[in-house]
Amino acid sequence: MVRITHWVTALCFVGLLVTGIEIVISHPRFYWGEEGNVNTRPLISIPIPSSRGSVPTGYGYVLPDQNGWSRSLHFQSAWVAVLTGLVYLLAGWRTGHFRRNLVPSRAELSPRALGRVIVKPLRLRRTRGDDAYNPLQRITYLLVIFGAFPAMIWTGLAMSPAVTSVWPFLVTVLGGHQSARTIHFFGTVALVLFLVVHVLMLCLSGFWKRTRAMITGRYKEGS
Amino acid sequence: MNSPLSRRQWITTGLAAAASMSGLAVASRLAAKYGLIPPDCGCLYGPGTTLTYASQRLITRHSLAREFPRSKISKAPFANGKPPNFDEFRRLQAGGFADWRLSIDGLVAHPSSFSVADLRSMPVRSQITQAICEEGWCYVAEWIGTPLAHVLELVGVRPQARFVVYFSIQAKEWWDSIDMADALHPQTLLTYGFNGGDLPVPFGGPLRMRVPRQLAYKSIKYINRIAVTDSLKRFAPGGEYSWYAGI
Repeated sequence: MVRITHWVTALCFVGLLVTGIEIVISHPRFYWGEEGNVNTRPLISIPIPSSRGSVPTGYGYVLPDQNGWSRSLHFQSAWVAVLTGLVYLLAGWRTGHFRRNLVPSRAELSPRALGRVIVKPLRLRRTRGDDAYNPLQRITYLLVIFGAFPAMIWTGLAMSPAVTSVWPFLVTVLGGHQSARTIHFFGTVALVLFLVVHVLMLCLSGFWKRTRAMITGRYKEGS
Repeated sequence: MNSPLSRRQWITTGLAAAASMSGLAVASRLAAKYGLIPPDCGCLYGPGTTLTYASQRLITRHSLAREFPRSKISKAPFANGKPPNFDEFRRLQAGGFADWRLSIDGLVAHPSSFSVADLRSMPVRSQITQAICEEGWCYVAEWIGTPLAHVLELVGVRPQARFVVYFSIQAKEWWDSIDMADALHPQTLLTYGFNGGDLPVPFGGPLRMRVPRQLAYKSIKYINRIAVTDSLKRFAPGGEYSWYAGI
């Protein structure tokens, strides 16, 4: 179940990322608070062309509008990701996956043990043969599963005028609609950074062997 | 290990599949009965938009879009798009929109037509809400108008009505529609006022539909016709944008 949900989530993540980028292109400016539009000073402005002529980007051209399918696919992928996440949480809790494989032991959290797992990949040493998740991996996975993903769902819902009509605190505690959008964007940046390191570590420990193991559930040393 | 599943497992799986299929069928019947299926449920992105519409209709029955204090009104709101650029609109504008008519037809007892002055003499609601564009930007403004629910009551909506379609003068094929839950919602306004004054033309004057619990693309500008209907077949939601935009 961990493997199936991993790959469904991976697929959803790609869908959410691509469509999310398309939506950002229609207004590549971020603000803080309740209001933000082309007449407002942005917090940050991404130096890319836009798919809307009304946005001052400094580029002399306008990209084609892709928001229709992007928005629909974004929300559909979000639904699949959330439902898959619920299945994963339920299965992980019932099988003891979180306790056994993700929560690090006290010994693993000693500075020396942590130092060892940080330094090893930094020397680009191959880490094949390390089967259990190391403590750094455990902490990162826990942060992604119980920190980043819930934060993305929360900030996503905080941008919905219908949802905030029922639960206004979802957006007010974040500082406003535009704050929610900005946090949603930086959450994406964090998840993409995680993905980069995740795939890098995969390469260090044997890309095909680990990928095959994540698909079939079987891991053979030396095959 | 030719057959990893035993016969018993096959039977259990089959029964579970049959049970979940019939469960789904019952759920979709119930959902249709309680108005939880959007008209664009059959498109490529139907599953996503149906889940969104059904879940939000269940939780938003009587909820009000967030309203803001006067101090939060945006100093520089952004009027997206350009006003209509044809003779008829310019003529109406030159006359201060005194000749602007809003006609209401379809499933109503008394098809009628109202001027902006007629609407101004009706109950007034003023609210400070956000206009949130699907592109990501937004602003806060005071919107003044008469609740669509009041006008619908005046013309006598028939019980089989399910959707309200509203048309813009801007283009021949420019219209959108909402379900009765939003049409009868107290914050859904036929809007003629903005930040204490008349609704400026760039923001949709003389008359704009405001549906603050949905994204601003449902809040169409320059409204001159409303049709009450039981089916959107003739007004099929077009394009890839979701018909329901509560997101």
